[in-house]
Amino acid sequence: MAMLKVNDIHVYYGSIHAVKGVSFEVNEGEIVTLIGANGAGKSTVLNTVSGLLHLRTGSVQFMEQDLKGVAPHKVVERGLAQVPEGRRVFLQMTVEENLEMGAYTQPNSTIAPGIADVYKRFPRLEERRRQVAGTLSGGEQQMLAMGRALMSKPKLLMLDEPSMGLAPILVEQIFDIIKELHAAGTTILLVEQNAQAALSVADRAYVLETGRISLSGTGAELMASDQVRKAYLGG
Amino acid sequence: MLIFLNHLINGISLGSVYAIIALGYTMVYGIAKMLNFAHGDVIMLGAYICFFAVSSFSLPPLVGVLLAMVVCTALGIVIERLAYKPLRQATSLAVLITAIGVSYFLQNGAQLLWSSNIKMFPSLFSNEPIALFGGELKITMAAIATVLACVVIMLVLTWFTGRTKLGKAMRACSEDKAAAQLMGINVNATISMTFAIGSALAAIAGVLFCSAYPNLTPTTGSMPGIKAFTAAVFGGIGSIPGALLGGVLLGLIEIFASAYISTQLSNAIVFAVLIVVLLVRPTGLLGKQVREKV
Repeated sequence: MAMLKVNDIHVYYGSIHAVKGVSFEVNEGEIVTLIGANGAGKSTVLNTVSGLLHLRTGSVQFMEQDLKGVAPHKVVERGLAQVPEGRRVFLQMTVEENLEMGAYTQPNSTIAPGIADVYKRFPRLEERRRQVAGTLSGGEQQMLAMGRALMSKPKLLMLDEPSMGLAPILVEQIFDIIKELHAAGTTILLVEQNAQAALSVADRAYVLETGRISLSGTGAELMASDQVRKAYLGG
Repeated sequence: MLIFLNHLINGISLGSVYAIIALGYTMVYGIAKMLNFAHGDVIMLGAYICFFAVSSFSLPPLVGVLLAMVVCTALGIVIERLAYKPLRQATSLAVLITAIGVSYFLQNGAQLLWSSNIKMFPSLFSNEPIALFGGELKITMAAIATVLACVVIMLVLTWFTGRTKLGKAMRACSEDKAAAQLMGINVNATISMTFAIGSALAAIAGVLFCSAYPNLTPTTGSMPGIKAFTAAVFGGIGSIPGALLGGVLLGLIEIFASAYISTQLSNAIVFAVLIVVLLVRPTGLLGKQVREKV
């Protein structure tokens, strides 16, 4: 069953037609990735699903319910969390406060156990729990952003460029965590410029080019495709 | 020496009023990134409500203050909803001009309702000052109440923003609205709440200000409003401790300047100090340097 069903969406920034009829699906238990170059519309698609951007036409359905016109803070309540591009942690708040904000929609009694779970997965965050997030390194901030999103106990986790700006060793670590989260039962929609890493973990993948899906298939199929290799994998 | 102490107390007391008003400016700026120039006029309305409650309806002063807070809170929410919310995506200049428009609307509305005749604000506190040093140093109850109110408000706000879920959500919104929404925080409701808190504080400030300077007219709020805005910038706009520091310093500078230099020049001196501070520290005394995004 499709958990997330995006059907022929069109999104505009003012008069700029940024997303031109994109359709894709994420099934329960999958890792699906959207890859593509800078400006292809990947983040626009995620922000539309989250409700931060308005879709002009088309539909987004999550757990068989229409998300059109649902405010972003209500989308989170339905079990859809986004780790935004550039991490966007609250730099002036402590690590622990950031995690508390992630649990904003959750009952108070579940916050402490939720934080304990995140610390178990990311021990570095526990060491820095009282530090303001602005003092963390890029990799730590990415972990915090992921931990924060997990605090809402999402059914579907959307990650926007989690590897951006990180050293190769950290990229590897982040992708290991993505695999772990997936193994623990979280469905994942991953947006990446790092096509190599994304395709290697994905069950299925879509290639986005100037606002349209140009290719789709399993991770392995796309990895083997000439077109993808030339454009995104450096030959 | 005693005269100096007297000025010091007056300065801290006046500064406390500025600080309470500055909190409203700074909190609203922190979250909505707008300067609510109508804030000063909410002070005036709060003072009028309390005036009528106490003078015309003979209600106890505390009830008058509470009534003023309730009305101003509601007014703050309505102003935000009707005047500012539709401009959420507009340029900051449009919002600024709207705020000035709201300010005139409130002043003229008050004039229409209550005329521009001066009303004498009733004294809400005991007229018997506390006399120290054999009566050489007198501290009015109003001054004591003002400083106390400021301290209590500061402590409560610090606790609210640092310890409660709603207060933390407010800080999250002021830092990054989109990220806050992704956490499930209702940004519009949070902005409304901020206006509500700021306006309730404005009502308290109005009552305290008029207790010290009892001539109440429809323009009573504009000068303390502008001074408190200055105080907020002085301390670092967006910063709650900055509002306190800026307010108290501004009050002290104003009182000392008028006592020791010139009464006529006191306002000029206040603003001259502001300019110097901003030249040295453009973000104000406690303002955060905005970090460049990498």
